[in-house]
Amino acid sequence: MRVAVIGVGLTKFGEHWDTSFSRLFVEAGARAIEDAGIDGGDIDAIYVGNMSGGRFIDQEHISALIADHAGLNPVSSTRVEAACASGGLALRSAAMAILSGMHDIVVAGGVEKMTDVLTERTTQTLATAADQEWEAFLGMTFPGLYAVIARRHMYEFGTTREQLAMVSVKNHGNAIHNPYAQFHRKITVEDVLNSAMVADPLRLLDCSPITDGAACVILASEEKAKEFTDSPVYITGSGQASSTISLHDRERITVIDSTVNAGKEAYKRANVEAKDIQVAEVHDAFTIGEILAIEGLGFVELGRGGPATEEGITQIGGKIPVNTSGGLKAKGHPVGATGVAQAVEIVLQLRGEAEARQVDADIGLTHNVGGSGGTAVVHIFEKG
Amino acid sequence: MSIPRFWRSIKSRYNLIATKCLSCGGTYFPPRAICPKCRRRSRLEEVKLGGNGEIVSYTVIHSPPEGFDHKGPYIMAVVKLDEGPCLTTQIVDCEPEDLKIGMKVKKVFRRIREDGEAGLIHYGFKFKPRGDG
Repeated sequence: MRVAVIGVGLTKFGEHWDTSFSRLFVEAGARAIEDAGIDGGDIDAIYVGNMSGGRFIDQEHISALIADHAGLNPVSSTRVEAACASGGLALRSAAMAILSGMHDIVVAGGVEKMTDVLTERTTQTLATAADQEWEAFLGMTFPGLYAVIARRHMYEFGTTREQLAMVSVKNHGNAIHNPYAQFHRKITVEDVLNSAMVADPLRLLDCSPITDGAACVILASEEKAKEFTDSPVYITGSGQASSTISLHDRERITVIDSTVNAGKEAYKRANVEAKDIQVAEVHDAFTIGEILAIEGLGFVELGRGGPATEEGITQIGGKIPVNTSGGLKAKGHPVGATGVAQAVEIVLQLRGEAEARQVDADIGLTHNVGGSGGTAVVHIFEKG
Repeated sequence: MSIPRFWRSIKSRYNLIATKCLSCGGTYFPPRAICPKCRRRSRLEEVKLGGNGEIVSYTVIHSPPEGFDHKGPYIMAVVKLDEGPCLTTQIVDCEPEDLKIGMKVKKVFRRIREDGEAGLIHYGFKFKPRGDG
């Protein structure tokens, strides 16, 4: 498959108390349109990822809201939702709309406004990505699920508490060079190990923050893209897979099988292998998440995620730089926007526009997970 | 959780009623309408689980959601039941430092939470160490 990415745009990620949900989306969208050099009238359709407008800002019908405020009526607009993987799904839906031949230029966007409510409400809303009746209702939280995975991973493979912390240290280090990131603060392993306990063994600095933000990319058919750019980045692979909504229903809780299956599909469509990937943005909502991702995507063998992180292979300058943007951990995690923001980072890397965090890469990957792994979406990007 | 939504699941919450597929022998908790392995060939019947199992992994929740914020840190675990299926449960009558993966646990009947708005008290299963490993 080949779908061109001709424009990208982001808002700054962070606490936007003075900016509304729709304004965030419009800001990211306007930047992407400007970057692509298209006019609003060129757009055929919008797909927007949003996890929970209903609970965060008491607003559903997000699709109409953002099309209206973006001044794009009567263009068709569709919201897609798969918890934290909503953005990745929007990207895939937009790519499929182009591959179907129905549309030539499509916006894939994502947006979330998380700081309009109190933290307890946010915690509860994020827990709706888990099974409400048989996990959350009984007292399980979202960090709790990843903590259960982390402890089992440590038990089965000898992954250390320090190795988990190193994921956070690396990603905070990368975010310093990303002007759009929520945090620009270098942290140490000791900082992570001394931060407040959230769900043992995971501490505050193992967890991605609460973030407002939006991201947009403009996709075009290969033919149409030629009107706007000589050197687009192409999406050459896309994969999506489902797994059990409850963590406890998996045969193994230390493998996110939806990640494995989505990765396989994306590699197959792009006709590449894990070893061909040169830069990746993966779903580090919690530090253990990045370790599960690099194992599940085949960058390292099962159980080797911890030692590989310690050896530095995922750092900028390492064999396979992971989360050069700062990842969900330090760039921020406005849940519905995350999957699209990951694509923005990979496109910038492949264009050579990632400034101080630039790596040498022609092929990149994004990996977006919903819940504890009920959904996973993987995309492969290649330089044109 | 709304009253009807809780009421529908009381049988399984109080007595660990599961479904067993007679085609493949797989047991599912909570009950399912379709066996995910046999699908159209599913032959499901209700079974009552014994309530014995072992800890697959666990955590101590320090940042509780609403409804659990009055009692300080508590233990949540994934438990594998002797009949095969796993479930998520609170572990009680035990300190976190005494827990370990593989520990044998058994079901107890406890108060889970109160629904302040509806005034409903939810009961159901929790698990505690069996005391024999």
